[in-house]
Amino acid sequence: MKTLREVKPGETVTVTKLTGSGATKRRIMDMGLTKGVSVYVRKVAPLGDPVEVTIRGYELSLRKEDAQMVEVS
Amino acid sequence: MRVALVGNPNCGKTTLFNALTGANQYVGNWPGVTVEKKSGKLKADKDVEVIDLPGIYSLSPYTLEEVIARDFLVKEDPDAILNIIDGTNLERNLYLTTQLLEMGIPVVVAVNMMDVVRKRGDQINITALEEKLSAPVVEISALKNEGIDQIVNCLKSIPQTVGIEAMPYSREVEDAITEIIERLQGSLEYAYTDLKELKEGEVNNVPEHLLRFYAIKLLEKDEKIRESLKNPPKVEDIVERIEKKYDDDTESVITNERYTWISSIMPEVRSLNDVNALTTSDKIDRVVTNRFLALPIFAVVMFLVYYISVSTVGTFATDWANDGVFGDGWFLGSGGDEYAEVVEEFDEASENIAAFDEAAIEEGLDPESDNFLVEAEEAGIIGTYEAFDDETGENELVEVDAATYEESLDIVAPYAGDADAIAAFEMKAEEEGLDPESETFIEDAEEAGIMAEYTKVDEETGEDVTQIVDAAAYEAELEGGAPDPAEYGIWVPGIPVIVEEGLAAIDAADWLTALILDGIIAGVGAVLGFIPQMLVLFLLLAFLESCGYMSRIAFILDRVFRRFGLSGKSFVPILIGTGCGVPGVMASRTIENQNDRRMTVMTTTFIPCGAKLPIIALFAAAVFGGVWWVAPSAYFLGIAAILCTGIILKKTRFFAGDPAPFIMELPAYHMPTVGAVLRSMWERAWSFIKKAGTIILLACILVWFISSYGVVDGVFMAVEDQNDSILAVLGTLICWIFNPLGWGDWQAASAAVTGLIAKENVVGTLGILYNGDAGWYANVQASFTPVVAYSFLAFNLLCAPCFAAMGAIKREMNNRKWFWAAIGYQCGLAWVVALWIFQFAGLATGEATFGVFTIIAAVLAIAFIYLLFRKNKYKGKEGISSVSAES
Repeated sequence: MKTLREVKPGETVTVTKLTGSGATKRRIMDMGLTKGVSVYVRKVAPLGDPVEVTIRGYELSLRKEDAQMVEVS
Repeated sequence: MRVALVGNPNCGKTTLFNALTGANQYVGNWPGVTVEKKSGKLKADKDVEVIDLPGIYSLSPYTLEEVIARDFLVKEDPDAILNIIDGTNLERNLYLTTQLLEMGIPVVVAVNMMDVVRKRGDQINITALEEKLSAPVVEISALKNEGIDQIVNCLKSIPQTVGIEAMPYSREVEDAITEIIERLQGSLEYAYTDLKELKEGEVNNVPEHLLRFYAIKLLEKDEKIRESLKNPPKVEDIVERIEKKYDDDTESVITNERYTWISSIMPEVRSLNDVNALTTSDKIDRVVTNRFLALPIFAVVMFLVYYISVSTVGTFATDWANDGVFGDGWFLGSGGDEYAEVVEEFDEASENIAAFDEAAIEEGLDPESDNFLVEAEEAGIIGTYEAFDDETGENELVEVDAATYEESLDIVAPYAGDADAIAAFEMKAEEEGLDPESETFIEDAEEAGIMAEYTKVDEETGEDVTQIVDAAAYEAELEGGAPDPAEYGIWVPGIPVIVEEGLAAIDAADWLTALILDGIIAGVGAVLGFIPQMLVLFLLLAFLESCGYMSRIAFILDRVFRRFGLSGKSFVPILIGTGCGVPGVMASRTIENQNDRRMTVMTTTFIPCGAKLPIIALFAAAVFGGVWWVAPSAYFLGIAAILCTGIILKKTRFFAGDPAPFIMELPAYHMPTVGAVLRSMWERAWSFIKKAGTIILLACILVWFISSYGVVDGVFMAVEDQNDSILAVLGTLICWIFNPLGWGDWQAASAAVTGLIAKENVVGTLGILYNGDAGWYANVQASFTPVVAYSFLAFNLLCAPCFAAMGAIKREMNNRKWFWAAIGYQCGLAWVVALWIFQFAGLATGEATFGVFTIIAAVLAIAFIYLLFRKNKYKGKEGISSVSAES
């Protein structure tokens, strides 16, 4: 299964599932990363982590470690 | 009427709050936490109180801010919620709205940034939104002050009936909610068995309007809400049913449905001009967080912040506050440079004269005699003294021969007292039978009311005028003068000078004068002197924060800092801390996560601040012979202390878990308003000023008292010599603590204590306490070996900072336990590090002998290494859990 972590900058993907649980998962979903939403990966921070994505019309940054919880297609 | 203002971070909530309430604000803290609580009265109607809740994205139980907000809404039962949403980011902002609508409290929705929406060519259909939300919606632009009146009108005419069905869930979820409401209301069938004896209807205490909220939270398996219920009903079967049906946990099911509903109304509510158009913000971001440019740009921004707030404007402002307002005085406008030159010349000349006179007297000559100059020149008198050279930074020997002496006399002459006046007064006094040579002459003369007349040539008219000289004028003439600053520009005397004159005018007792001048004004001055610098820094920080760059700093640096339990934003406090720890600690306010913030507050003062530089400089020069590595190693020590502290503490229960999930919005860049930036600057500075007026003041007075009072010959009195003070006694009492560190004499211990007022004092106190025949510098040189000096240095760099910085730490921790834990940790670490330096390095050089403390040092070293490298048993657990332990 491909996760958001592996998506290259410049690509747009759709969220299919969220793994994990608890606070981090809730936080990711609260910020709008829910099933079916389209995510555009804008860039990776200069030091390689975190990543910046565009969802629901705004910029969100999240760590690769957390991006791994977002399955995409 | 009470209105809760709720909204996402970065949606203009603070701007709206300021626009609504103006200056009628009260700023405090939510009980027990560092989250700021603001409330204020509506400008338009003083009966309406607006409570500004923390900026939040959701009402989940996982972050402190969200729990505060939702507790307020549940327990305080406000009359209405004013929900501000960002029109340019409608979807995510409405997510919070869907949750607020479930609270059973009337909601007014204010769509902010409508000016930006229109500028982009987007459209928001307010009527459609109103209909979908079943709540009044107002278009506003908080920045441009548009629509504020409409909000006020809307709040006043708020409908008391609320459409709690505003956001419908899917059929299954709605059914589940209905069932849970029934159980909440008290069908005993579903209560846990031991509650069966309760009567129907008494099972829970949930108010009618909150039933839906409670039901949804129970469905979400929200533990906090469950615990708050007297008798929570059993809902596991319903939860299981939903989870099975959707193949996901109920919390995610609810969240999903909220966003699905929002997505479903979007086409009717909003139409976007062009989805792919690059905004200005996007263009800025492309450059600023660019893979290659991000770090250089960051370095430049940080350099500018540091350069402006610490090196240039800040230092200028601090010097003005310390040397001007809380010193002798300052020039309004120009004149300073000219005056400074004259003073320098005058001081040099005075020193020349003193040195030459001294040398001449040693040779048996009398400086008062008429032909002194000729005699001295014949005798070849050379006066010598040491002077500090600003350019080379070293003490240099100055030689004064007769020619220089004569020049110096000419420089000083214009400022000397009027010899005619002195002679006339003394003659008159002698006539009255007083002896001008006696020690009490001036007092006697004053009592006797001696007045003498003498003639003086008026400089302007060239005529003779008769002057009268009384005892006070005589005293002034006798002391002679120094260049008068008032002649070089508009001179404003410093507060101590004004107060001193005032106290002298009312004949205040000496002890009172000393208390007020040396205790209170000097103490508070040392603290308030930081204010101008803090204002400059806070201004820059407020700008960086509100323009959106601060979030990018966290984005760029997160990778480095999260390893040490710090946030990327911790960089700013630490950088500022190299200038001054006080604003450094205060700058940690920009870090949202409580654990990251506490860690930063605890460690910021490890980095050597400006006031610690004199200590480093003293030992580097006096003991280490000016080797290059002492100063850099002090900074390295500070950085190492920060990083090790981060690694060790994040493995403890108190900072447990991974650093909080870094799932952060990167808000669009925008130009902040001047008013908002100034307000933010002032709020931060004010909270520090309040602290300076209380705790810091008392602490400073206390240390002043113990260092200037003592018992001499069995009498308790103000002491001239600090060697007799209580401080010296105290130093003797506590110096055993520092014995294992290699500097167990009371002088060094006392110096460390006075460092609590300001770290510069360490050098000053050493100067006083080590004074002796050879001069204090040489005595320090003789008393400290390199190992002992470095141990002393390390302790003073790492231990509790000055009272001002401690005040800032207390302010930022806002919790007694955490404050003392921070101070205790700092002192403990300082002691241990100094112990290692002395015991291990001392063993190598033969200064320390192998003993109990060598073993203790070794054990502590092993323990330290273990703490540093042990496995983090909390890793993987939820980082935010520490929040729940407190709320």
